[in-house]
Amino acid sequence: MSTPSRTVEPRAAAGVRTITFAQAVNEALAEEMRRDPAVFILGEDVAEAGTPFKVLSGLVDEFGPERVRDTPISEAGFAGLAVGAAMTGMRPVVDLMFGDFLTLVMDQLVNQAAKTHYMSGGKLKVPMVLRTTLGATRRSAAQHSQSLHAWVSHVPGLKVALPATPYDAKGLMKAAIRDDNPVVIVEDKLSFQDKGPVPEGEIVIPLGQADVKREGTDITFIATSSMVVVALRAAETLAAQGLSAEVVDPRSMVPLDTATLVESAKKTGRVVVIDEGHQSYGVSAELAAVVADGAFYHLDAPVKRLGAMDVPVPFSPVLEDLTVPTPEQLTALAREMCGARS
Amino acid sequence: MTPTDGLTREHGHELLLDMLRIRRMEERCAELYQKTKIRGFLHLYIGEEAVAVGAMRALTPDDAVVATYREHGHALIRGVSAEKIMAEMYGKQEGCSRGRGGSMHLYDAPTRFYGGNAIVGGGIPLAVGMALADKMQGRERVSACFFGDGAAAEGEFHESMNLAALWHLPVLFCCENNLYGMGTGIERAQSETRLALRAASYRMSAWDVDGMDVLAVEEATRRAAEAVRSGGGPHFLEFRTYRFRAHSMFDPELYRSKEEVAAWKERDPIELFRQRLRDAELLTDDEDAGLEALASDEVERAVAFAEAGTWEPVEDLERFVLSEPAPQREVAS
Repeated sequence: MSTPSRTVEPRAAAGVRTITFAQAVNEALAEEMRRDPAVFILGEDVAEAGTPFKVLSGLVDEFGPERVRDTPISEAGFAGLAVGAAMTGMRPVVDLMFGDFLTLVMDQLVNQAAKTHYMSGGKLKVPMVLRTTLGATRRSAAQHSQSLHAWVSHVPGLKVALPATPYDAKGLMKAAIRDDNPVVIVEDKLSFQDKGPVPEGEIVIPLGQADVKREGTDITFIATSSMVVVALRAAETLAAQGLSAEVVDPRSMVPLDTATLVESAKKTGRVVVIDEGHQSYGVSAELAAVVADGAFYHLDAPVKRLGAMDVPVPFSPVLEDLTVPTPEQLTALAREMCGARS
Repeated sequence: MTPTDGLTREHGHELLLDMLRIRRMEERCAELYQKTKIRGFLHLYIGEEAVAVGAMRALTPDDAVVATYREHGHALIRGVSAEKIMAEMYGKQEGCSRGRGGSMHLYDAPTRFYGGNAIVGGGIPLAVGMALADKMQGRERVSACFFGDGAAAEGEFHESMNLAALWHLPVLFCCENNLYGMGTGIERAQSETRLALRAASYRMSAWDVDGMDVLAVEEATRRAAEAVRSGGGPHFLEFRTYRFRAHSMFDPELYRSKEEVAAWKERDPIELFRQRLRDAELLTDDEDAGLEALASDEVERAVAFAEAGTWEPVEDLERFVLSEPAPQREVAS
């Protein structure tokens, strides 16, 4: 399957503003809430407090406390309410402050939301979005730093999106809200203040379209979420050293644009998958397997992975920073892999 | 016992017939299970029929119903046809869930029957969410949620009670307290065994009801449902009932004595009500036989329908994982 209509990140141009990731998410939610009265937000501190990450600032002023609904600290409860409300005509957006709290809503996501459409023989739908976060290096310790997107990606019946830029954050959120399936959107906590170009007006990025963030010829970095910027930095360094790296962002784990990943792997012959989930049994393994399977006869080196270390995230800054892949590690690995060719 | 004063012959016959419809259908299910026509789990409601029959009468077609894995009776009385239920238990595509759900996952959109949930307590927040949707959309509907005493030990029970009461949502909690969560007695599972009292601590109206008395169930549910519908917030009914059969089909019942089961069978809701109708001269032998025949005929039609049903084509296995229709594949209406 080719992807001729791929939605590509815009370059700076007339009508293209530079806004933060948080503003992009905020705009997406506001636009969809204006467009469809069935859309509402519920979660902890989403209204009066505007969320700890300030992503939702101002929404309650426009849409009121019914549609921007503060909940008690009751994750399983409000996630379950969202499933029920979605089954009967609403389009809830659940705000789950930290991805670590996925542990608390897994029954409602895995046993209820993901299975209702299938188990009802296609008669019922659960059009809900759960937005949550990933990412370490905020000195938040082991229970507020995990990147657990592999858990939800493993469950048939859920879609999973991982925006890495303001543009993608807006376009994927709007697509997720309009989707008739339960969609989990995982945002990198550290990227909320990052800025990027976002055109005025409507942006909807269909789930299942990868984006080539940088073109290259010697090696492919398949990078997700927080690791896209790491891959771009490594590519920059490598360019100065005469190596051309391509950076491909799948943007959604489910559905997965396997064609674009495989196409890039065939072109460069070398692939590193980089993802902030724990490396063992994570999405990096799945992405690596897709590439190995689809591009085997075009590969000049084994597909490599870089993930977070298999340790609980330590509080100690000196230790914490070692657990997440860095541009330096990726650069070194890429040089080693490309060196093997000469 | 609720007096039969004012009970019409027609109303009495409907209640008795509905209880018989569940009983006869499930007795047949047990036979079909022995013949391996029905496989997997099969949780029979026998003994508890008065609850579903009485409670459903207080609901309107616009209301929503969420139930548990012991939900054959609820589905039937809500209006899902016996044919579709039986075909579903067979796993045939003519079943109400296309054969995808089975005994524990009966779904039916037209009657607003939202399962059939095999996670204990898992359906409770769904019902509260449906009530939230109704409140937000200004619809005067009730979301009725059936669950067992076992669910009251789950965290989702607590979170749902709190949210429903906090937000004053139009949900009717129908707790079917049959005294056992699987094979563990309630006194070994709940620190406070008076579950209505527990519910009242969330500041919602709650009371217990004799779940073996179909008239008491109907009256209590009508009162509670009307209160919910008129903006009174969530209500909680604890129906004291008893299941006569095993938890599922394989259960040595080591956790309760034969004497205890026999004592509860003395209060069989069907026999109790039948006798009361006779005492009030509202039921003749011929009428009774006629009701039995109606129930039996319905079951036999359902079995014939399920037997004649077809398996879903294997190429449809991956349909409905996600809601988009698969490309180039026609979607049946």
